[in-house]
Amino acid sequence: MNFSENSEFLAVLVVAGFFLLIVIFAVLGRTRTTWGLRSIPAFSRLSRAVGLAVEAGSRLHVSIGHGNLTSPGSAASFVGLSMLARIARTASISDQPPIASAGDGALAILAQDTLRAGYREVGAGEDYNPDLGRITGLTPISFAAGAMSIIEEENVSGNILSGHFGMEAALILEANERSGGFSLSGTDHIPTQAIMFTASQEALIGEELYAGGAYLRAGLMHTASLQAQDVVRWILVALILAGGIWKMLQGFF
Amino acid sequence: MNLKIPIISTTIAVTSGLAVLLLYFSPLLIANVDWRTVLLQWATSLGAVALLVGLINLASVHSRRLDDEGPFPVNSLVLMLAMIITFIVVLVFGPTSVGAMFILNYIQIPVETSLIAILAVTLIYASARLVRRKIDTFSIVFLSTGLVILLTTSPLVTDLFPIVGERLQALRAWFTSVPASGGARGILLGIALGTIATGIRILMGADRPYGG
Repeated sequence: MNFSENSEFLAVLVVAGFFLLIVIFAVLGRTRTTWGLRSIPAFSRLSRAVGLAVEAGSRLHVSIGHGNLTSPGSAASFVGLSMLARIARTASISDQPPIASAGDGALAILAQDTLRAGYREVGAGEDYNPDLGRITGLTPISFAAGAMSIIEEENVSGNILSGHFGMEAALILEANERSGGFSLSGTDHIPTQAIMFTASQEALIGEELYAGGAYLRAGLMHTASLQAQDVVRWILVALILAGGIWKMLQGFF
Repeated sequence: MNLKIPIISTTIAVTSGLAVLLLYFSPLLIANVDWRTVLLQWATSLGAVALLVGLINLASVHSRRLDDEGPFPVNSLVLMLAMIITFIVVLVFGPTSVGAMFILNYIQIPVETSLIAILAVTLIYASARLVRRKIDTFSIVFLSTGLVILLTTSPLVTDLFPIVGERLQALRAWFTSVPASGGARGILLGIALGTIATGIRILMGADRPYGG
């Protein structure tokens, strides 16, 4: 079978394999109490920042980027929404609840919905304010300008950027630096990851962003999918190495 | 009633997600219509409606801020004025009219370009701050790579010192084709796996970014 001509078959195989692995790890994980996840300092600092914001009466700003829902970039924004959900559950009882910004209409509605669900879960549904989830601009730069205005004017002590961002992320992070707040950022766009590494206090590189749910204890399935990711990654590494060795041997003989 | 909403939204999300995935692998043509494309077009149309809702939300947030006590929100006033003027011009004269194009070409694009220009300064400043904030192996490798790429891109260095310049250019070629390219592929693989995992969690209804 020529795999390069059967990419759809390969895709079905990967998706089905991934699905099976997630189910297996979820079933195995029901009785486990510890997970042995490697330490990612960014998430420890985030948990601390959430606690500090609640204590200090300041708010956290979660920006989920300007990805389109029908593009692959939306996955990074969904991770941002998972983080927002966790933060909302902890911080929505404070005087200064978290605020979410997006550069896409559908993402803004999802952010509002996530915040509303967070309020409902802590039994404070009547305190929910739809203004807390908002669209700040429709082009990347206007979105960044709107987000900067939130940081400067709304008593923000920490910024979490998780979603599809371009170069404009540097402007948001610079505004955060001026306000003296904590910043954590991650994106699916590789050049922007370099910008975030430079401008953010904590940057999530590569797949670290997608581990957000598991590290913030968003549920068993998040941890199970993280373990499935690890297994598939090692399989891919083995396949790449085997392919390289195979090519090298073909050169010799 | 509160319990029913998550069930309905989860069912709709999971069903439509599975339908799009299945139709991707096995296109269904009924009456010469590609149903995957149709479903994606529906999603795009809903996105446009969501955009309108988002704009109304943006206007309501800033109009409320204008009513609030405390320091006068100049940003909100500018935003509201710009929004109203643009809306009227586009509604009355059309989106490609002289007035609408004037707003785009002589106000929006220059303002955005000036912010992009600030971005260059911001990045240089952020690089300097990186040295102050965290000096570890990754930061040193990151900054020295950036420096080598910058130096070899500049004709000033390569023209003034041709011997050193040639070596630096060879180093740049090696950097971009071996470690940078390998690292980018590794990161891309991680992102792809993370995207698939997120998608599967949503299809299983385990992750509900729609608040359900």
